Amino acid sequence: MQKIEEMEIQSSSDVVLVRQAVRQFAIELGFGLVDQTKIVTAASELARNTLDYGGGGTVTLETLQNGGRRGLRLTFEDQGPGIPDIELALKDGFTSGGGLGMGLGGAKRLANEFEIESVVGEGTRIIIVRWK
Amino acid sequence: MERIPILQMGEFLLVTIQVDMHDRLAMTLQDDLTNRISQTSANGVLIDISALDIVDSFIGRILGNIAKISQVMDAETVVVGMQPAVAITLVELGMSLTGIRTALNVEKGMALLQATVGSSANAQFTATEWDLEDDAED
Amino acid sequence: MADLGNTVVWTDEGKCPMEMTHSSKIPEILKTHEAELLSEWNQELVATNTRKGLIKEAELQVECREFLKLLRIAAQSGNLSNIQASEWREVREMLTSISRSRSHKGFTPTETATFIFSFKRPLFDRLRQLLHDPTEIGDEIWQATDLLDRLGLMAVEAYQKSREEVILRQQEEMMELSTPVVKLWDGILALPIIGTLDSARTQVVMESLLQKIVETGSEVAIIDITGVPTVDTLTAQHLLKTVTAARLMGADCIISGIRPQIAQTIVYLGIDLTDVTTKATLADAFLMALKRKGTTITRK
Repeated sequence: MQKIEEMEIQSSSDVVLVRQAVRQFAIELGFGLVDQTKIVTAASELARNTLDYGGGGTVTLETLQNGGRRGLRLTFEDQGPGIPDIELALKDGFTSGGGLGMGLGGAKRLANEFEIESVVGEGTRIIIVRWK
Repeated sequence: MERIPILQMGEFLLVTIQVDMHDRLAMTLQDDLTNRISQTSANGVLIDISALDIVDSFIGRILGNIAKISQVMDAETVVVGMQPAVAITLVELGMSLTGIRTALNVEKGMALLQATVGSSANAQFTATEWDLEDDAED
Repeated sequence: MADLGNTVVWTDEGKCPMEMTHSSKIPEILKTHEAELLSEWNQELVATNTRKGLIKEAELQVECREFLKLLRIAAQSGNLSNIQASEWREVREMLTSISRSRSHKGFTPTETATFIFSFKRPLFDRLRQLLHDPTEIGDEIWQATDLLDRLGLMAVEAYQKSREEVILRQQEEMMELSTPVVKLWDGILALPIIGTLDSARTQVVMESLLQKIVETGSEVAIIDITGVPTVDTLTAQHLLKTVTAARLMGADCIISGIRPQIAQTIVYLGIDLTDVTTKATLADAFLMALKRKGTTITRK
């Protein structure tokens, strides 16, 4: 049965709550410890991006079923300034917020599927999927 | 305000992170540790992260900062107890935390600090055989 | 699945629902002629059983009797077209377990399905003997065929599934077998890798090595790749990741057994192994690990 949950990301304690919710979903889906850790870490990176660069937003957690495979899809959305050059933003070491610039590229490597849409002045939507 | 406790053991500081840290708490830890190193003239910092079930780029950066700051203040930092799943994820994330010294657990971390700092004041922590050998000049 | 009971089921074949509401004689025949059906079915099975060594006749008889009994009970519900309904549960379970045991015993799918299909002749004979109206006989035979075909397919599917389970289990076992982490000395582990390293396997290798490092508190781990035929960029990266992850945890890795052609490949591919300690043989790596621990070996 599909399970969906939407959460607000408005403060750094919300990021912690997102991590915990993602962990819970991953455990329920029967993810192994390494897979749990990867998706939770990716969620943490993206939730922080939503907060720091998008000015806050939401994340939607969804369980997926594709034949025998089970997966977890996370959709991060914000109405922030958007990303002018996505390719550049995905590069390791790129940062506009004083971090290490591992967030986007790192999250992409930790997920099995990664999609990003961004319109300057309107906002950003990032979708990641990790399969069991 | 919520804070992560810093324990003093001889000339070393010991921090055990046991909560899922939000970013501000991690920043506070960095500030607190810097102040404590200066107040106590500690020459070693041991950070136990065995209870952490993730280390993302932010926490990784904080750990790196602490290591660099403490070095500037003449103290060695050793991060101990990273879980295998956390280590695998960090590598995949693209962070290898170069410049941070690591050990498997608190005991080995203490031994490493003692060997590096070359102190005899903490005799209660017996270093493992090879550390003693390594530092025959002490 | 919903309990369909006696309700009419439209089928793709476009059967007239009126015909279907006219209840089938099959349940009745199964009830009144169970003994004859059983003995004829048995004969049929024994005649077609080409693998006498695999299953005893007595065992086959017990299976037939038990299955026919469950079939009769399920058929009394009047629902002959939907074997997924709850009244067919026991039939399904027994059929699944028979198919599984056939698969484990080494029967072919055909032989497994024959268990069901060989019931056709006795049942059809019975229908022809007892019914007189040709249209009715046709309808009943169609229903019987439909039912037995479905059961036959289910048997094959269950057979297939149990085979797949075996394959999956063997894959997992091979995965585990292929990554033995051994303790060489107090605080020194070795991981001899044999065979090609692909992405999935490397993950298993990596996890079991790192887990063992924590469990044993070992500070040195030797990854021996003498048994690895080739190293491509991906494999080399996986190895490097393992070494880096171990370092993050506070343990050092030594890679040993790099064959000459692999050494050439590594250089050719431009893979940077400068941060990694490498040794020619496992023995050299072991000596180095001992030295790091401050232990030396002397000959008496």
